[in-house]
Amino acid sequence: MTPVAESPVMDSLNVKVWRGGEQGRYQRFRVPREANQTVLDVVTHIQRRLDATLSYRFACRVGMCGSCAMTVNGVARWTCRTHVAKVAADDHLEIGPLRNLPVIKDLVTDMREFFDKWARAGGHHAPTATRRDDFARVAPDSRARREADAGVECIGCAVCYASCDVVAWKPDYLGPAALNRAWTLVNDVRDGARAERLRAVAGDAGCHACHTQLSCTERCPRHLAPTASIAGLKRAIALATLTGELWNPPDDEPRWPLAGAR
Amino acid sequence: MSARTETRLWIAQRASAVVLALCVVVHLIVIGYAMQGGLSAAEILGRTRGSVGWLAFYSVFVLAAAVHAPIGLRAVLMEWAGARGRSLAIVVHAFALVLAAVGLRAVWAVFAA
Repeated sequence: MTPVAESPVMDSLNVKVWRGGEQGRYQRFRVPREANQTVLDVVTHIQRRLDATLSYRFACRVGMCGSCAMTVNGVARWTCRTHVAKVAADDHLEIGPLRNLPVIKDLVTDMREFFDKWARAGGHHAPTATRRDDFARVAPDSRARREADAGVECIGCAVCYASCDVVAWKPDYLGPAALNRAWTLVNDVRDGARAERLRAVAGDAGCHACHTQLSCTERCPRHLAPTASIAGLKRAIALATLTGELWNPPDDEPRWPLAGAR
Repeated sequence: MSARTETRLWIAQRASAVVLALCVVVHLIVIGYAMQGGLSAAEILGRTRGSVGWLAFYSVFVLAAAVHAPIGLRAVLMEWAGARGRSLAIVVHAFALVLAAVGLRAVWAVFAA
């Protein structure tokens, strides 16, 4: 009988996990090392076997839901798809809550501001057709469709938001995810709120605050490029400003139709 | 500051950046040429003096810098020093005026020396 190969990994991990709210400290745990272990597996082990009072979020475990993002050894990551082997230098892990968001408890952050900013950035689709209309036909190779495709797979994990220094400096800044969402809608030919959305994302709290530092693009677990989306918004706003269509809406156009939309 | 003003400032900074990029390239080529040829200060002044072309070129260069740099400084002061409102506007406008005045004075000096 062929002997089962020994796993080349070490026996255990030294894990430090944030405990408490905004004020708190890191607590140490020793967690058995497993092959193909993810950071989420480590957190789950601690909560199930070592300390049931540890709070954290997860749902799908397969990189679809965007709920398990945490700061792992100083870097915001989706923990369900992050292998320990990839990030645990010397078998040390430091796991904390996401940056730039209020900490509720342990690894759980308050995501309200993050998602409220999607709404402020005009993140809702404003339909131009009714259910009685035929399906919109959008050519897959059209430029707008390709631009929308490039950003549409965002799972709302807030890794980009936590990685953005501009968010840290300017708490009002809408952030990469909300602006990326706005850009997909600006490129949606079925959408009827282009001008309002561009106005909503312009300015000091919007796309013009971005310094193109690319942290969001570097860290996005879906390999999206919010920086490119934000650059697209800047271009679209500049063009619409120069053609005069952006800042002088006709009187019958509601000023902020997106603000109350749900 | 309104989103409209921020947008206009952004456009002004981008447009001035385009002008600056061209001006810097021309400026470096001219400097390289002058140094390569071993021109003395007097010889350089001999060529710039009374030259409307160089007067216009360096005036545009200076004015582009006077538009571009204060807008960037404004962003730095807003983000790192929390500056806002009237005091920020005064500092930024003053910086723009100083840049323009010092630069144009130098341009005039090599034109009318």
